Amino acid sequence: MSALEVAVTRKIGDFELDTSFTVDSGISVLFGPSGAGKSLTLSLIAGLIRPDTGTIVINGVVVTDCARREFVSTQERRVGMVFQDGLLLPHRSVLDNVALAVRQAGGRRARRDIARSWLELVGAAELAGRRPGSLSGGQRQRVALARSLAGEPAIVLMDEPLTALDSAVRREMRSLIRGVITSTGIAAVLVTHDLQEAEELADVVIDYADGRVLGQRTVTHPTRLEGPRESAAGSEEE
Amino acid sequence: MTGLIPHSWLNALGIAPWVWNPLSVSFHAAVEATIVVAVAGIALGYLLARTHFPGRGAIETVFSLPMALPPTVVGYYLLTQLGGPGPIRNAEVDLFGHPLTFTFTGIVVAQIVESFPYCLRFSRAAVAAVDPRFEQVARAMGMSRGRIALLVTLPLARRGLVAGVAMAFGRAIGDFGATSIVAGSVPMATTMPLALYNAVFYGTHGQAMVLALVQVGVALAILLGVSRLGKVRAW
Amino acid sequence: MKRDERVKSASVLAVASRPKNKGVVIIAVALMGLGLGYGLAHLMAGYIAYWGVVEGPFWLTLRVAVPATLIAGVAGIAAGYALAKSHFPGRDLLETVGSLPIILPPTVIGYYLLETLSPGTQFGGFLTRVVGHTLVYNVAGCIVAATIAAFPFCMRASRAAIEGVDSSFEQAARTMGLPDWRVALQVTIPLARRGIAAGLTIGCARALGEYGATLMVGGDINGKTRTLSLAILDSFTTPERNTMLLILVLMAVTAMIGVGLLGRSRS
Repeated sequence: MSALEVAVTRKIGDFELDTSFTVDSGISVLFGPSGAGKSLTLSLIAGLIRPDTGTIVINGVVVTDCARREFVSTQERRVGMVFQDGLLLPHRSVLDNVALAVRQAGGRRARRDIARSWLELVGAAELAGRRPGSLSGGQRQRVALARSLAGEPAIVLMDEPLTALDSAVRREMRSLIRGVITSTGIAAVLVTHDLQEAEELADVVIDYADGRVLGQRTVTHPTRLEGPRESAAGSEEE
Repeated sequence: MTGLIPHSWLNALGIAPWVWNPLSVSFHAAVEATIVVAVAGIALGYLLARTHFPGRGAIETVFSLPMALPPTVVGYYLLTQLGGPGPIRNAEVDLFGHPLTFTFTGIVVAQIVESFPYCLRFSRAAVAAVDPRFEQVARAMGMSRGRIALLVTLPLARRGLVAGVAMAFGRAIGDFGATSIVAGSVPMATTMPLALYNAVFYGTHGQAMVLALVQVGVALAILLGVSRLGKVRAW
Repeated sequence: MKRDERVKSASVLAVASRPKNKGVVIIAVALMGLGLGYGLAHLMAGYIAYWGVVEGPFWLTLRVAVPATLIAGVAGIAAGYALAKSHFPGRDLLETVGSLPIILPPTVIGYYLLETLSPGTQFGGFLTRVVGHTLVYNVAGCIVAATIAAFPFCMRASRAAIEGVDSSFEQAARTMGLPDWRVALQVTIPLARRGIAAGLTIGCARALGEYGATLMVGGDINGKTRTLSLAILDSFTTPERNTMLLILVLMAVTAMIGVGLLGRSRS
């Protein structure tokens, strides 16, 4: 069973998206120029927008079926989301931000403990008490990553998560993402227009242009970096 | 009018009754009015900004009417509806035992009507300005719409919301037309603006000067506070 | 998407403004509202005697509101432009003082107007001599009061509209050699016309309905300074009040459409 099956069309204004692909485990990268429909695809997968036609299946569960008028709301799909600018709630601490995503019942204490362990996984444990406004770009994206995983989603959707970071930080973040996805086994769909990033991160690259999928190719990685556990405090050179 | 500060203190401070009486009336009425307006205005502003139902624009326009209507029209309409025969008057008698015209509560009602549009418009603009992606992330995290509104959207919009409430308070405490028509010049329930009018009409210039200055101070304080809260524009 | 919008609206520069301009619609509706009000009032008044009573305040209200809206409009656009474009000392002061009439009680405004304009006072006496006639207890005073009521809305709406204009249009005009004042008049303000028009409309509504300050400065003198808003109160028990209410409501309804447009031009 694959983690994600997408086969949808959607028209917005003059732009027409017609996409179809399958994702197994690991990282799949939607790669292509700006405006090709990659972010729109993520919104459709998350259930934020409805397609005009087609189906979306997550972990064997049909979440969107236009023909049968089946549609599972975003709340009930288990997807994690990471945006380019993090979008952490500025009025809550880092720990609270991640704790909000934890779905298990068991009271506030338990959720915070679970949140703490996710923060440790991404190497941001010591940021728990801080406010998002005081974090650097790389630190914010680590926390955003932890938050997206804390709900134990079926897939994680990442929309240009590293584009706003400088190159040194990007390299560490790439290895972090690879390590975390591998160790948790959660599938990820990542959008980028950066070729190097696509090549380094992806198990599968899905090429986009003008709203269509041109093709799917698997990537082998002699150059891939391993090692997820680089701590946030030690490696930031801001 | 019983206030938060004992009358004896005020007298001792040299603040005369002809100042703190209308000030107390205006202030307490405005506080009550603003509480109602804040809750209803923020709620409706959120709905207008975030939900899509037909007639959204019409509803905002209708509730903004008091801003465009002459105060005498609003006052007259309130007077006839609250005081004259009709379903509203019957409801009042059921709830309060007497119609609300020429009472303190009538002042509060008039202030609510006149100040509601300000809170509504500021709230709608503030909520609309929140980046919807915050809410998208929260939805993906499985939060219900109610929790998203309370924990994500409204806190992110809080500057604009506070500005809206402050403007509504300022408008309520400064109302003259509608409140004076609905409540008239009841000796123990005279508002500040009406007290100023009376002072000018009866020629007590010393009192007029003080009353005017106090009201200018209040208005300035509110405006300065609102402008410091930032660049949320309702128009 | 943004690029296409730009190409489409860049034609505003090249082509004279099209009749599809909402401002024209507002004016047309306003005229209709006035005409309707007048006509219906005439019909409803049935008894010619009553129409005589209503007619006076009706025309007086127009005599007050129209000049007031014009003055407040011009001043408001100018102030809004200055606030939007330049950082001058006293900028915050202008914004704060200019916005005061929104929440300052009308009787406070009336009080200070009386203090400054009455011939009895120093400044008022000077002003009266300069202008040639008194400014209180006549139409002139009412116009001043109505202008002050309308000004903040014109100013704030104009500022917001002008701030929303894409600066690349102005930059293009400058590279074409147009001096600053022409850029303002022929490029910026026309591009901001929707928001400005909405501000004018709600300013007009406030001028029409002004009560507290007009009452104090004008004195509510029958025939001279008794506008519709004031006349209503003196006629609470007579049938012409309904006529006056109808007229005022019709005028305000057209302003309400302007308020609705104000909302739409924001988004």
